[in-house]
Amino acid sequence: MHPDVEKPKIVVEELIAGFASKTVLRSISIPIEENRVTAIIGPSGCGKSTFIRCLNRMHELSPIAFIQGKVKLDGRDIYDRAVDPVLLRRRVGMVFQKPNPFPTMSIRDNVLAGLRLTQTLRWGQSEELVQKALTQAALWDEVKDRLGDPGSSLSGGQQQRLCIARALAVDPDVLLMDEPCSALDPIATARIEDLLHVLSDSYTIVIVTHNMQQATRVSNWTGFFLNGDLVEFAATNDLFTSPKDQRTEDYITGKFG
Amino acid sequence: MTADTEGTEQPMRPARVDIAGERSRLPERVFLVLCFLSVLLPLGMLGVLLADVFVDGAGRLSWEFIKGIPSRRAAAAGIWPALIGTFYLIGLTAVIAVPVGVAAAIYLEEYGRRSKLAGFIEVNIANLAGVPSVIYGLLGLEVFVRVFGLGSTVLAGACTLALLVLPIVIMASREALRTVPDSLREGAYALGATRWQTIRQVVLPFSLPGVLTGAILAVARAMGETAPLIVVGAVVFITFSPTMTSGFTALPIQIFNWVSMPQKAFLENAAAAIVVLMLTLLVLNSVAIVLRNRYQKRIY
Repeated sequence: MHPDVEKPKIVVEELIAGFASKTVLRSISIPIEENRVTAIIGPSGCGKSTFIRCLNRMHELSPIAFIQGKVKLDGRDIYDRAVDPVLLRRRVGMVFQKPNPFPTMSIRDNVLAGLRLTQTLRWGQSEELVQKALTQAALWDEVKDRLGDPGSSLSGGQQQRLCIARALAVDPDVLLMDEPCSALDPIATARIEDLLHVLSDSYTIVIVTHNMQQATRVSNWTGFFLNGDLVEFAATNDLFTSPKDQRTEDYITGKFG
Repeated sequence: MTADTEGTEQPMRPARVDIAGERSRLPERVFLVLCFLSVLLPLGMLGVLLADVFVDGAGRLSWEFIKGIPSRRAAAAGIWPALIGTFYLIGLTAVIAVPVGVAAAIYLEEYGRRSKLAGFIEVNIANLAGVPSVIYGLLGLEVFVRVFGLGSTVLAGACTLALLVLPIVIMASREALRTVPDSLREGAYALGATRWQTIRQVVLPFSLPGVLTGAILAVARAMGETAPLIVVGAVVFITFSPTMTSGFTALPIQIFNWVSMPQKAFLENAAAAIVVLMLTLLVLNSVAIVLRNRYQKRIY
């Protein structure tokens, strides 16, 4: 493990994963530090999305998926037989590339959707929780007067922040983000990046991005993936200013990718 | 052109298309007319038929006709028991067929998507939709009337009709479930929802318009079925409103009976009854379509 990661929230040990006969991840070992942002970068097809989906056991939802190795959350292997993936996903939340608010629900109901699965909420309690989550996602001011409007009536950037609010409402420990800004315009992207700075004080964040500048702007740690291997993992500044591997240097200087 | 080919003759190029030139619009027009005719002709024939029935039967329509009971005298005959029987039947059929059909569609689409059993069932449902309705009548007679001991009642009739329309409900619901994008399911799973929670709170609400469409189609089909009800034992001459344990009749059967009578007056009765049936169908469908559109608006 990388010596500088003192408090790893998640430790991935020799993770191998893929679909049917195609191995996508070829033995990945990486620590994810608590309450910091870890960026995963790499060219298309290098396994970034598959990797992040292994961290909340979404990869196995595909019938032809296979996984080996360990992913330890707070020291506990999430692939252990005794672990219920449904309960795991309430501690490890996920935001997807294309915003996916539930179209049949209002903004308020979208935020509460995760909570309603586990608790019965009283009216007063739910209004408080909605406000808290939307404030955390920097969306409250824009929607506080129209919480009853359908979730899909918002702009793309707002929808994505709604999805973030929805994920945060469940109060997870970890937030996984799979290229959350790639479907958004630069202004919306900037707002979400600002958001990440604030969120990382309270949540462990793993963000997959194909935008290297974004990685330098938001993350503390960066892992560079290539063809299913973790080529290099270092503090973001170190990886981008003095990469140790030639392939890393080639990628960040734009020789390929 | 390179230096090598300078001076060499270029091969003849085909004449360029004149962008302001003539192009025959006839083939397109002919196709358009043919398509239009193929809509117009069947609808036109249906319209003529309905107009004919309306003309024949409108004169006979009155409150007495609707509230009256069958009689040997054509002028005194009414359709009340048949009307009530039809309402009972389609109500019960919907209550039985829709939940069962939707549940079956959920199993096939959400739980068993890749299993061999689901594939086998799917093929056979399409087959079942094509089985002649009389066969369902025979099935209903043996299973519901005799073995289950329900007798020739509305309940037995409704169970039989429910089986008949079940494939329609299943297929329409399945199509509706298929329109739900996987990104929505993933969003729910990522929040820590179980499969059933995802279906109940995200998938089903999204597919509600399609499911309602299936229910509408099923009810409309059930309303007009005659043969299976005759086999199950619907009686033609009933003077009381049916209950769960009594004999029953339905509008299509009453119509069928009157049409077979020689007196012309009964034909007028039949025409009037057809008008009532069509109007009931229209009202039902309109209600269901309004409901469906209301749910569709909630989905952007």
